[in-house]
Amino acid sequence: MTSTDRDFVHSIWDFFCSLKLTMALLIGLAAISIIGTIIPQGALPPEYVQEISPAKLKIYKSLGFFDMYHSWWFILMLYLLTVNLVACSIKRLPHIWKTIKNPVTIFSSAQEKSLSGVVSFPHAGDAAAAKDKVAVFLKSEFAAPLVSESDGDWHFFAQKTPWCRLAVYCVHLSVIIIFIGAIIGSLFGYKGFVNIMEGESISSVMSRSNKQIDLGFSLRCDQFSVAHYANGAPKEFKSILTVLENGKPVPDYTNARVIVNDPLTYKGITFYQSSYGNAGNYFFTVSDLDGKNPVSVTVAGQDSVTLPDGSSMHVTESTKDVSEFAPGLSGPAAQVELHSANGKTESFIVYANHPELNIQHAQQHGVGPVIHYKGAQERMYTGLQVAKDPGVEIVWLGCLLMVLGIYAAFFMSHRRIWVRIQNGIVTIGGNASKNQAGFQLHLERLVSKLKTELSGEKKS
Amino acid sequence: MTSSMLFNVTAIAYMISMIVFFAFLASKNKTVGLVGSLTAYAGLAVHTVAIGLRWKESYDMGVGHAPMSNLYESIVFFSWTIVLLFAYIDIKYKYRIIGAFVVPFALLGMTWAQLGMNTGIEPLVPALQSNWLLYHVITCFLGYAAFAVACGISIMYLIKVALEANGSTAQAGGLMSMFPPLKVLDDLNYRAIMIGFPLLTLGIITGAAWANYAWGTYWSWDPKETWSLIVWFVYAAFLHARFTRGWVGKRAAWLSVIGFAATIFCYLGVNLFLSGLHSYGGGAK
Repeated sequence: MTSTDRDFVHSIWDFFCSLKLTMALLIGLAAISIIGTIIPQGALPPEYVQEISPAKLKIYKSLGFFDMYHSWWFILMLYLLTVNLVACSIKRLPHIWKTIKNPVTIFSSAQEKSLSGVVSFPHAGDAAAAKDKVAVFLKSEFAAPLVSESDGDWHFFAQKTPWCRLAVYCVHLSVIIIFIGAIIGSLFGYKGFVNIMEGESISSVMSRSNKQIDLGFSLRCDQFSVAHYANGAPKEFKSILTVLENGKPVPDYTNARVIVNDPLTYKGITFYQSSYGNAGNYFFTVSDLDGKNPVSVTVAGQDSVTLPDGSSMHVTESTKDVSEFAPGLSGPAAQVELHSANGKTESFIVYANHPELNIQHAQQHGVGPVIHYKGAQERMYTGLQVAKDPGVEIVWLGCLLMVLGIYAAFFMSHRRIWVRIQNGIVTIGGNASKNQAGFQLHLERLVSKLKTELSGEKKS
Repeated sequence: MTSSMLFNVTAIAYMISMIVFFAFLASKNKTVGLVGSLTAYAGLAVHTVAIGLRWKESYDMGVGHAPMSNLYESIVFFSWTIVLLFAYIDIKYKYRIIGAFVVPFALLGMTWAQLGMNTGIEPLVPALQSNWLLYHVITCFLGYAAFAVACGISIMYLIKVALEANGSTAQAGGLMSMFPPLKVLDDLNYRAIMIGFPLLTLGIITGAAWANYAWGTYWSWDPKETWSLIVWFVYAAFLHARFTRGWVGKRAAWLSVIGFAATIFCYLGVNLFLSGLHSYGGGAK
């Protein structure tokens, strides 16, 4: 390697070790992350596509703005951050390791100069007695000291929680572990979705990338139900599920209850209550304003039907008993959305027991049709989110390490005390890796206590 | 006596406390400062009782849950944590004047909640029926409150730097004598963020754990999640700035202010301007 090569390698290394790079990456990541919260991600809503110009759409698409958290430049920044924190750790760790593993145990005058607030005072009696007293004192008041003799002088070194200097590297490591967990999850796991009709079973699910994934077992939906609060807000979405192996129910997974916030896991695959719907038929009678030309109309599930006057209709919600939503009314009701032939859209409620309300609504709008609800034949299905993520445990391990690391890095401190006995003089000093001022106060109290013990005065 | 009445009393106490703190700024009279603190503490006590009472009221209604389930309840809790943290700093570090820059945040929250929001107790929708709700909300909002306090301290820092650079007049110099020294403000800012950052980290992790338990995805780049990560990046930058030459002092104070602006956007802006999973008492996903 020539010296210019070496300079080049050195400058690259320095670049990756620099905290300035860390600052730039952290602030840069914060700034560009905003893009994905403003621009829609994934499948674009049609209104959005209409709103922006085709040129803009093309530019955004080529820059990866519509899936920016997986774009090459965002991933690149995450890699840079990883390289940066690994490089920083490699550069600083050996020095920290030395501080912990090979501490300075001799309280030399050079060491003394590196500390502030060093105190000296004479001791009574001979050096050996003083030595024992200091050793006992440090052990009971601070930490067991390392005692050594050098040139006839006694040196003491005592420390507390030296390992907390490693905490910051533990936090850096935890970030990498979380990344590893996320990568394992994306390589070996999948996220999917499946709808199951009441009474039916499925053995494969559709992944987010629209791939059919075979589960290796079957899952049956025995029942789905919705419970409401008195004010009509949903209280519980509940699926009763049974796992089938070769068509036979698995004992511990038979009639298992799955609600929101309480999923079912079988063979590493977890099923989460996510949505529901009615795939049954809704029945209506549609007539002109004056009640002539009545026609029976059946709407299947979420489908839309075309009415005689050319408008189309679909059902958005239905209930067997409307009284819990509208006191004073009773019987079945359905909320329908009507797209009339001239492009107008309206959403309203039609009733089974209150034909006058249906007529009134139609009259208020001047034109027909009058829609009467005739009830429904319910057939519920449950919508389940399906996930397999073998990396998730690793992510939690990383999170645990991060929390412990941050705690130790912020709230624990490596405290050290050195003492020397030389020619009848005791010299004492120390420092802390954090909150030096607080430690100095603590040290001052220790010093005055030690002074009393070594002055030869008898305790009363 | 209802919790809503007590929340009104709380808001009034914080308003009085703020006015007294402003009088303290002007008069430099120590007794005035003490009155400011005591009023804030009285408000905090009433606030605490009111939150407990609201919790009990929800059980009396048969929809019992911790009062942290919608925007109104979260902002009431946020104000509570801000004053709690101010009390901690006031008692521990004895820099009472910080109250003049921190209590207004709590007052703003309480006033908005009491005057501009629906205060009714709502039953929990299925998505929120989980013990994670409590852990997630408490850690997040304690973190947010620490950032609010840090922001107040940073504003003090920036005012002091600006006035001192102007070769301040005798009057401003007099006011400045009330402010803690720059070094202390810088240190307090750091300490507040040292409390906030671990709590935000815990808040994000409990949120991820909950999301994984409810939906099977611990991270889905939902706007709320992304913004919490943005806030995390900003404060991580702040913490690293302490070890970087040229980034201490003024720039660090600005980072703290920007961090809190991002926090507020994460908390309110995302709900008001963007769509996502955190609809505060809206429908389940």
